[in-house]
Amino acid sequence: MSLKDIIAPFSVWKRVFEKPYTNKKPIDTRPGAPRYRGFHVNDLDTCIGCGTCEEICQNAAIDMVPVRETRHGDSGLRPKMDYGRCCWCALCVDICPSGSLGMSNEYLWVDEDPEVFRFIPGQDGKPWNDSELGYRRAEGYDLLEGSRVPMPMLSVQESQKSFVEMVQGYSKEQAKAEADRCIACGICVATCPAHMRVPEYIKAIRDDDMGEGLKIVYQANPLPASCGRVCSHACEYVCAMKHKGEAISIRWLKRYIVDQIYLGDYANILHECEPDNGKKVAIIGSGPGGLSAAYYLRLLGYAVTIYDANEKAGGMLRYGIPEYRLPYDQVEKDIEFIASLGVEFRQNVRIGIDVDFLEVYDNNDAVFFSTGLSNPFGLDIAGEDLPGVVSGLDLLADVTNGKTPDIGSSVVVVGGGNVAMDAARTSRRYGADVTILYRRRETDMPADSEEIHEARGEGCEIVVQAIPLRIEKGTETRLMLYWGKAEMVSDGPGKRPRPVLIEGSEEVIACDTVIPAIGQAADLTFLPQDIASGLVGKRGYVEVDEFHRTPVAKIYAGGDIANPKRDAISAIANGHSAAKGIDIYLGNFQN
Amino acid sequence: MVEMAKYDPRDKFPPVDAGSGKSVYNLHSGKYMKVWQGPQHPGITGNMSLELTVCGDEIIDCKTHVGYLHRGFEKLMERRRYIQCFPLVCRICVPEPDFNEYLFAEGVEELAGIEVPEKARWYRALTLEMARLASFMMWIGGQAAAFGMGTIGQWTVTMRDYVLDLFEELSGGRIYHMYIIPGGVRADLPIGFALRVEQTLEQIGKVLDDVELALMHNAVFKKRALGLGVITPSMVDEYGITGPNARGSGIRRDIRKDNPYLVYDQLEFSIVTETGGDAYARTWVRLRETRQSIDLIRQMLEKMPTSGPFFQKLPNVLHWKIPAGQTYRKAECTRGEYGFFMVSDGTELPRRIYVRGPSYTHAVTLMEKLAVNVNIADTAGLMVSLHTYPPEIER
Repeated sequence: MSLKDIIAPFSVWKRVFEKPYTNKKPIDTRPGAPRYRGFHVNDLDTCIGCGTCEEICQNAAIDMVPVRETRHGDSGLRPKMDYGRCCWCALCVDICPSGSLGMSNEYLWVDEDPEVFRFIPGQDGKPWNDSELGYRRAEGYDLLEGSRVPMPMLSVQESQKSFVEMVQGYSKEQAKAEADRCIACGICVATCPAHMRVPEYIKAIRDDDMGEGLKIVYQANPLPASCGRVCSHACEYVCAMKHKGEAISIRWLKRYIVDQIYLGDYANILHECEPDNGKKVAIIGSGPGGLSAAYYLRLLGYAVTIYDANEKAGGMLRYGIPEYRLPYDQVEKDIEFIASLGVEFRQNVRIGIDVDFLEVYDNNDAVFFSTGLSNPFGLDIAGEDLPGVVSGLDLLADVTNGKTPDIGSSVVVVGGGNVAMDAARTSRRYGADVTILYRRRETDMPADSEEIHEARGEGCEIVVQAIPLRIEKGTETRLMLYWGKAEMVSDGPGKRPRPVLIEGSEEVIACDTVIPAIGQAADLTFLPQDIASGLVGKRGYVEVDEFHRTPVAKIYAGGDIANPKRDAISAIANGHSAAKGIDIYLGNFQN
Repeated sequence: MVEMAKYDPRDKFPPVDAGSGKSVYNLHSGKYMKVWQGPQHPGITGNMSLELTVCGDEIIDCKTHVGYLHRGFEKLMERRRYIQCFPLVCRICVPEPDFNEYLFAEGVEELAGIEVPEKARWYRALTLEMARLASFMMWIGGQAAAFGMGTIGQWTVTMRDYVLDLFEELSGGRIYHMYIIPGGVRADLPIGFALRVEQTLEQIGKVLDDVELALMHNAVFKKRALGLGVITPSMVDEYGITGPNARGSGIRRDIRKDNPYLVYDQLEFSIVTETGGDAYARTWVRLRETRQSIDLIRQMLEKMPTSGPFFQKLPNVLHWKIPAGQTYRKAECTRGEYGFFMVSDGTELPRRIYVRGPSYTHAVTLMEKLAVNVNIADTAGLMVSLHTYPPEIER
């Protein structure tokens, strides 16, 4: 102990003259730091209600509550925060796929009512709602992966001269990596017409449990090998991950599951049918709708007979979709499993010609028909009946039947839908130069964007805003197609602009073949007149209720004739609900 | 003239059992009294209690009681996905949460085989050293206040708040920073951050000068701290003592040097030791380590890379399965060796996460030993001189 020890402490007396550290009254509140994790903000228009914030919150401080109307790609739910539970970790902000959720730098809020600390950010007016400052996910830090695992594809050089399947499928590692991106929000389930349990089968891929995956897939879709290739994948258009970049390859993951299992092993994995219940159901048309209804009815113990006009079953899956998109053996894999359950297929039977409809009607307890749209629309222009004009559907069916189409060396396809793209790309594979004419803009094309992209990549020329005027016989080539340019005329806000011909803009293409592919209509001539008139409702669709029951007793309908979506997965969903409807109608339904 | 016997209160003390070293006494004799210190006592550094048996005002037996702060973190984590443990771990130690974040992240990364970008390693080290600085500032306040010098505590706790301002700017949170995440860190340094860190460091340096004058060269403090709670070098291994408590007894042991992690092998510093082994020596160690932290932060700001990523992308954290395995990661926090023992069974949830907080050995077993023969008035000073944070005793 020295003298210093007595004196030294007094030297800090100088601090008396320092300014105090504490704030003087009235307290001037300091704003939180720009990154401060304060009360949440949420852009309700950007938020899609996927609930990933709720999923990651380890405090269960977030509840998804209904705020908006549910629509495609938006559950309508929005997060409600409970600040009695929130620990301000901001993982919810980090994981938010749409990037709508953030935190303000507001940290001072006093209220005597604890209830007010539970609110919906963005919905309930708070002074910090427009706060630009506060925690946001930093650039360079991301808990989710926005880019898709690239799918191995045939090169364009190879694909444009062969019918080998272009999409080669994921390897195990690729599929697992792609499956890992899924956040299991389930927005896809709500959007899928068949409500397939997508996150669950994607989980099966992560768990490497293909049997479980197949079981889940078959619960809502008995044609997964086909759907895994050509489904219109409404799910991928709404996938939450799309907001971060690319949607999960839901369709190709489903295909991955099915590709891993041999048909022979299906029986060991999937449920067996119920015992026969002694009731009979006839199905007319063996497209996706008919096959789906047959599968689910057979599972329930019905004796099912499918009548189909074509040589082989599958409908448009087989005759409308080219082999490079959907190989025939894959269609067969789906169909053979359904056949193996005891469904009777009667091919090459035209109802109304070979067998009378009433005979089928009287001999069965119920009839389901999904005969699809088989009558192609004509172009309604002069010269349409010249040799060399062939509809897209006829061309595709010929190719399936093994005929080499007589298309010459130059082809013009008219239309912008998937049939037009299929016809164009098929023609390209037979060595023809292909031009696609479409009345509207490219953005209006009903075909999938990847189809358009691939068609162009394979060398098809796409001419938009082009209206065919007439077809004449050519001199050097078989035909001359005259067409005029169109301008888009608005019909008022909210309405689709319509193409109007620009007078005097006529041009001509010399070609060997013109393929109209501008849509098709239903052919219900197989039905007796009185029944047909009772079925068709507004806009030409067969009128059905939620169980796909028509106004005529015992008759059910589905697929393209009964729903405006006109895709395979909707037809599959129709077949499934019709099967349930028939089961209920026939009094067999057990909860 | 009768020579008065020299009065020694210890003559009345109960005999000490040679084997256990504990006093043997009969509480019902009326000679002894039980005093309950804590859990609501400022001299207990958090939520724990000392059950003191006193003879007069001297302690003859001390029993520690914990359990006031048990939140079950380790068990909770077994029911949380890995990413959901991330906001939990920092809460295991309130004044110095970053070590939990760092060790948890390191453990997960090691089990999952993830390499963290170089820049993130520097940022992590910077965060840890800033946390050490803030923790020391808070401790100085406690140590001074325990001996009745609360003013010194006010200076340093203010300085800690300035460090917390920096944390707020860096991470968005003052106390629970949640900045170090498996894969790296959550954000880059804000623009001009280094400058503001330097300003704060300068301010703290000046305060430390005053603290030395007012505390270390203070007769009152010396009188009470010298010889208080002596840890002999032989006790260090016996009790599992680490950190400044061991270094105050002359043991050269510092994980930053012995098993360098992050970027500590690229920094210049030496292990601070004192030989006294008492509360005074430990205070010196900590004060000098506070200055060392300031120096290390300066070195880091100078040497750290200015470009490159600060985060390595992880698999989808919502269903991240960590390969089966186990690991023990440790780091030198202000109180000693902080460790995370982690076991994964290959599922989405950790099988077991065990947190080794240095306070467990220091506050429970060591305190029971050191408190004997200490005056009641000095118990608080002794407790603080061991620098313990009860939350990490009860995970």
